Amino acid sequence: MSPPLVHDYIGLSEASSSSDKTSSSSSSTEDEKNKSSIDLNLKETELRLGLPGSKSPERQAGLGLSLFGNDLEDKPSSGFKSFVSGAKRGFSDAIDGSGKWVFSGSDGSEADLGKSSGNLFSPRSGKNGLMESSSTQPSSCLAGPSVREVVPPPKPVQEKKIPVSTANQHGSAPAAKAQVVGWPPIRSFRKNTMATNSTKNVDHYGKSGSGCLYVKVSMDGAPYLRKVDLKTYSNYMELSSALEKMFSCFTIGQCSSQGLPGRDGLSESHLMDLLNGSEYVLTYEDKDGDWMLVGDVPWEMFSNSCKRLRIMKGSDAIGLAPRAMEKCKNRN
Amino acid sequence: MSEDRAEMSEDGGESSSPSSATKPRGCDVSGGGDYLSPSADQVLDNVLDNVLLFLTSRRDRNAASLVSKSWWRAEALTREELFIGNCYAVSPRRVTERFRRVRAVTLKGKPRFADFNLMPPNWGAHFAPWVAAMGHRYRALEKLCLKRMRVKDEDLELLARSFPCFKELVLVCCDGFGTSGLAMVASKCRQLRVLDLTEDDVIDDEVDWISCFPEGETSLESLIFDCVDCLIDFEALEQLVTRSPSLKKLRLNRYVNIGQLYRLMIQAPQLTHLGTGSFSPSEIVAQGDQEPDYVSAFAACRSLVCLSGFREITSDYLPAIYPVCANLTSLNFSYANISAEQLIPVIRHCHKLQILWVLDSVCDEGLHAVAATCKDLRELRVFPVDAREDGEAPVSDVGLLAISEGCSKLQSILYFCQRMTNAAVIAMSKNCPDIVVFRLCIMGRHQPDHITDEPMDEGFGAIVKNCKKLTRLAVSGLLTDRAFSYIGQYGKLVRTLSVAFAGNSDMGLKYVLEGCPRLQKLEIRDSPFGDSALHSGLHHYYNMRFLWMSSCKLTRQGCKEIAQRLPRLVVEVINGSEEDEMEDDFFDVLYMYRSLEGPRADAPRFVTIL
Repeated sequence: MSPPLVHDYIGLSEASSSSDKTSSSSSSTEDEKNKSSIDLNLKETELRLGLPGSKSPERQAGLGLSLFGNDLEDKPSSGFKSFVSGAKRGFSDAIDGSGKWVFSGSDGSEADLGKSSGNLFSPRSGKNGLMESSSTQPSSCLAGPSVREVVPPPKPVQEKKIPVSTANQHGSAPAAKAQVVGWPPIRSFRKNTMATNSTKNVDHYGKSGSGCLYVKVSMDGAPYLRKVDLKTYSNYMELSSALEKMFSCFTIGQCSSQGLPGRDGLSESHLMDLLNGSEYVLTYEDKDGDWMLVGDVPWEMFSNSCKRLRIMKGSDAIGLAPRAMEKCKNRN
Repeated sequence: MSEDRAEMSEDGGESSSPSSATKPRGCDVSGGGDYLSPSADQVLDNVLDNVLLFLTSRRDRNAASLVSKSWWRAEALTREELFIGNCYAVSPRRVTERFRRVRAVTLKGKPRFADFNLMPPNWGAHFAPWVAAMGHRYRALEKLCLKRMRVKDEDLELLARSFPCFKELVLVCCDGFGTSGLAMVASKCRQLRVLDLTEDDVIDDEVDWISCFPEGETSLESLIFDCVDCLIDFEALEQLVTRSPSLKKLRLNRYVNIGQLYRLMIQAPQLTHLGTGSFSPSEIVAQGDQEPDYVSAFAACRSLVCLSGFREITSDYLPAIYPVCANLTSLNFSYANISAEQLIPVIRHCHKLQILWVLDSVCDEGLHAVAATCKDLRELRVFPVDAREDGEAPVSDVGLLAISEGCSKLQSILYFCQRMTNAAVIAMSKNCPDIVVFRLCIMGRHQPDHITDEPMDEGFGAIVKNCKKLTRLAVSGLLTDRAFSYIGQYGKLVRTLSVAFAGNSDMGLKYVLEGCPRLQKLEIRDSPFGDSALHSGLHHYYNMRFLWMSSCKLTRQGCKEIAQRLPRLVVEVINGSEEDEMEDDFFDVLYMYRSLEGPRADAPRFVTIL
């Protein structure tokens, strides 16, 4: 599988995010060290809490995704495992064949956050017990950026020599704190369930009946299904990126994920371009039971009528496009 | 190997050796030397077999088995229920060779902290070797309860095939299997009475397992699948419920909406335990729409004592449950984000409530209402809606205090909050002397008493001191070594202790290891305890089920020494990274446990056994 670079949808490469982090974090590490000496707790000797071999990809916690415990990060090497694991498998998200790790992405990953509204997710920290900056918890209520550089607090958790962008700190930091792995001790099942529930509540029951929230996504050749919550995306690009991440283990050849610089609405054809590059096309089954190519109709119409998604081989999908257009015209 | 050996040796006591066992009264041993009376041993064995059948508690049985060889044998032949608290403490082969007539097995695998992602997945606890061995030897197996085990579909299939009398399957916090495995169990276990899936991680293979139950009447008494997060065929479920006249416990997943719930309830008014599924309608319900009479459906369930579910609650429908509130002994609202205002009208009726699980969305005010009505409350769990350290938690010391004042019979509490005071905890220790389980989680790490700014030492100290029956304790907040000295001094019955982000020095851990003779399970994370503290427990580790220490100050060398001194201890060390062996000497996780088997053969790469 190609190296992680390809999977960085924001368009930031690993290298760039690394260098960003280094400069910013070294200062905070300094501060931490200063503060730590005052501290009562021997936190400076606190150990790494990082996950093994974690790559710390940004955790995309689209609500639908995390609920079903799907691994959201790409783990090229873990193959099936990433599908098998459930909500509890926070670790598998982080294990990556390349063994590289990226810092809790307070800068880079923020962009990802736009995709899944209201989810607090913290990227994993790297190895060497980096910062326990990552958490497996999609927080239920928050909209907005999750992990920040934290103003070094009185009690640093770690004294790591390694650049740490986000420290788990308790205390007066005005920004939201980075979350420690496994703290507070709530099982993923519960966290994921709360995350789902909160979206639904926010949507207020009036809306939840119409349209389809959770749709199954199957991919030809993949052993397991995934599910996504269409409400967490607002355009095709977000959906496409999310799906690509989910199914990247199976995709042959990386599609052109150079990342679109923050474009909002994605033209219908563009989506197809993205996926075409990888030999797969994204199709969906609509309310009438017909299979259509994704991207032909405006997003709202699509999300209201989509019942399930299927990533099929390009060769199988040839006949679809014309029908979709016609149907659309007929509707209109 | 018998678990809880240490306890057994304490209970020891006198026991007559076989030789002094009286000859059976009235036995005629006079006369001719040729007459061979049945030996005392044989008679005793017969007596023993019959008597031992009455011994059900495993601790009693463990004690009995230590008396003598013949007692050991007799006990092994008559034990029907096996409890194995750590699947790696003993091998399937050893177990199946010793105990021959087992009908029920409980097996536990991963350590609890693994639930919080403190350890990589694929650590182990595979059910496969167990089902293979049991499939061979325990053909009469009827019940199986697994907790935190890795169970594959193939294992479930083997289970379904191997045990013709199989009746009860309970899986708690397990993973590795999917709806295909469930389908096997449903279709092949013809005598299935209980299928309970609690907080498992079930893979959705799109298999309609509900439809796999055989035609005709089933013997199902309990069907709990609220954690199986897959669409089900509702018609099949309805059919199943209709043809399961013995069904008493039914817990639905969130894909069952309230309209469907209604249909099921009217088919099964005999239910005692109900998990309501989503508790919201599937579509927008306009004003004036004809809706089923939910209230009467609930009213018809006269035996309902335990209510849960409410996964995606539309609180307008809450009043439907009023008819059953007065009978409820257990209510689980822990997935329902309801406010105090919404809770109060419900809880007002729940006079008999003994177990209550809620979200902190009910606020201190909601807890006041609970305290005012639920005088019989034994167990309370308050979970956070927003499980973050710096979140807003609407419950605090105020709610805890209210509960302590209203619910004096409280035995077990799990309470997540952001603000707490020593005073409230001390008050609870005095008002609720029956507390057996006290788990307080102040979510911000190192948080002191929010009024006095002092560590939480005195609060937890009061708990161990005043709650004389305390066996399980979980601490949090800012804690110094003093807190641990209290625990060591007063926590004489404590069996399970969970520590996170606490203590100042090795002394903390030493106090506990030296002071708590009943300690069985100790789990510690992110606390400054090092090798010397670890060494202070050498006298006790064989008496414990396990010790977990992660992100503390242990070195590999220190752990190695323990491993060398205690050969029957398996000392597992899990490193942070896969690549570099050892940055410093520090590593991430120490997990050690007694075992008869030595290092396990199925340890993954990231585990080193010293």
